[in-house]
Amino acid sequence: MKIRNILITFFSAIAILFSTSVVSLAKVVGDKIILGAAISLTGKYSSNGVHTQNGYNMAVDRINSMGGIKVGGKTYKFDIIYYDDESNPKRAAQLAERLISQDGVEFMLGPYSSGLTKAIAPVTEKYGVPMVEANGASRSLFTKGYKYLFAVLAPANLYLDVAIETAVELNGGKGVRIAQAFEQDAFSQDVRLGILDAAERTGSEIVIDDKLPKELNDMAATLAKVKAVKPDVLVVSGHTKGALTAIRQIAEMKVDVPMLAMTHCDAAKLSKQHGKNSQYALCASQWHKTLTYKDDFFKDGMTYAADFEKEFGYDPPYQSAESSAALLVFKDAFERANSFDQKKVRDALAATNMQTFYGNIKFAPGGQNVDKPMVLFQVMCDDAGKCENKVVAPLKWASAELIHPIPKWSER
Amino acid sequence: MDFLVFQVPMLTVQALLDGLLLGILFALIAYGMALQWGVMNIINIAQGDLVILGGYIAYFMYLYGIHPGWGVIVSPIIMYFVGIGIYKLVINKVVDRDLFISILATFGISILFMQLMNFAFGADVVLANSGYGTTMLFNNSVTLPNSKIFSAVVSIVFAVGLVIYMKRSKLGRAIRATAQNARAAKILGVDTEKVYAATFGINAALCGVAGALISITFTIHPYMGLPYTIRSFMIVIVAGLGNLPGVALSGMGLGIFEEFADYILGTEFRIGSVFLLLVIILVYRRFKLSRKREYLK
Repeated sequence: MKIRNILITFFSAIAILFSTSVVSLAKVVGDKIILGAAISLTGKYSSNGVHTQNGYNMAVDRINSMGGIKVGGKTYKFDIIYYDDESNPKRAAQLAERLISQDGVEFMLGPYSSGLTKAIAPVTEKYGVPMVEANGASRSLFTKGYKYLFAVLAPANLYLDVAIETAVELNGGKGVRIAQAFEQDAFSQDVRLGILDAAERTGSEIVIDDKLPKELNDMAATLAKVKAVKPDVLVVSGHTKGALTAIRQIAEMKVDVPMLAMTHCDAAKLSKQHGKNSQYALCASQWHKTLTYKDDFFKDGMTYAADFEKEFGYDPPYQSAESSAALLVFKDAFERANSFDQKKVRDALAATNMQTFYGNIKFAPGGQNVDKPMVLFQVMCDDAGKCENKVVAPLKWASAELIHPIPKWSER
Repeated sequence: MDFLVFQVPMLTVQALLDGLLLGILFALIAYGMALQWGVMNIINIAQGDLVILGGYIAYFMYLYGIHPGWGVIVSPIIMYFVGIGIYKLVINKVVDRDLFISILATFGISILFMQLMNFAFGADVVLANSGYGTTMLFNNSVTLPNSKIFSAVVSIVFAVGLVIYMKRSKLGRAIRATAQNARAAKILGVDTEKVYAATFGINAALCGVAGALISITFTIHPYMGLPYTIRSFMIVIVAGLGNLPGVALSGMGLGIFEEFADYILGTEFRIGSVFLLLVIILVYRRFKLSRKREYLK
């Protein structure tokens, strides 16, 4: 009885394996360029995974409908094979293997999050598969000497750099006192390193340096310390839960701090979930729809946002915009390489120098985009309690003036 | 190590009060666990996931414009039936079995609930805003969010209400009789099957109350249940199964311990310190997962 069960399981496993691997797709089939992507459609990153996928799909449709990709005098269209990596790095690496060795994919798009990109990069590197990724910002991705990894976004250590510099500038060039709390993950710790660099450069002092756990939902202790120590800037980075928890407890504990800088405000839908309590928070963002970059496909940020909203029913977060940009980069590289040879495409990618609606894109030897600064927006609310994110730094793109210092809770 | 909390007296007060209010909420979850552990000899690993599900009920009320404070009434009612459902589907098949089987079964329920919630509600971190404001003490140097005070008061009301119910009502007496000796109770005409279902339902309802309170004081997320399971497990083994004042005290103790660990060791060691304490206590008491059902006072 037992042996029979084992045999049945064994053979059905083999049958399943075969049924999925029989259909093997090559890199370019007919007029289609097939890209592969492992995306978190379920699990803890599923919401941002979906933003990523929507960004990819939006760009695929747009490029295909506007004439496709011209290589060697022939026109091709993009197509993407998606697999769900379940927000699990091990699974993501397996799926990358599968995409490359079973499905025959020769060009990859990145997954969501630094952690998952880190899991996939060694695989694409091993097979020499060029990967353009849009959602892995961790600095450690760009120091490993990967030759086939290209990221359209600015690295994590630059996220809140601007905030510290602005604070120092407003302080008459003198160093400021910084309190910071960062989650214990690759991305947030890179943001922290960026702050440490900025602090050293500007002669600022770190007065509180807390680490947050991944199951964070209470940071009252950190905030009580902030109340006691009274720093000039409070920096918090802990994905969406960090942003939500910080705003809730800052409002409840009436923590007065002249500048509050964070990450993941738009992913956390801060202004929607917290309304006026989120007012004055400064947020690092890779992109904002009011930036005036332009390209032929999406025109500019505002048009992109409107088209995206029409298609998917919500305002695009930067995760979607950068994902769309990844496809524009691929198209540009294919056309310049004028070939589907992986090495030639890789070299063309490395030589990318273009503007998209999302920003300028030019890759450093490590693969990170060095031509697109981060922007800072500030949550600003009107009297009726309707809140909006307005870009305040760098000055070149500012659509509103930074409100500094943040008014005290007793005066709000 | 950072001893700022002891150098600034107001921080000490803040930590004590925060810990106390938090601990009362933990004690409510632990009370549910103690109840069904005592009666059914089941350690419910899915306890925290029931809490989170209760939180989502309050969150959806908030989304549809109902004040999330009402969640403490609506959530336990829905969760009671969820609890009965889980009992009928799974728990009644493992209730007389080995403790290990029940841990496995509830562990399975926990994973299932996490994934279902993630599937149904999405992976976003969410919260419900109560708009209760803040109480400020000592010239604004100690702040207590009213939502935390509300949580503690509601927890106490439910706990006291349940104690009275267990003492006075027929079902309460039947539950206590079953906890004391299930076989004897059965012989004397108590429908133990019904008692078990009700106990599991009551536990789920308590989780529902706690979840609603957590959605207005902290944040909820499909994968955030486990820390609540661990905390209630810890409170129950410190207090013992039949000891309600013990559960309340050890709950508050844990809350205060956590808060001070947060200040002294750092927020990153907050949950870690709970695990460490759990290990120390288990070793100290040489706790054996006794199969003997303790009498629930």
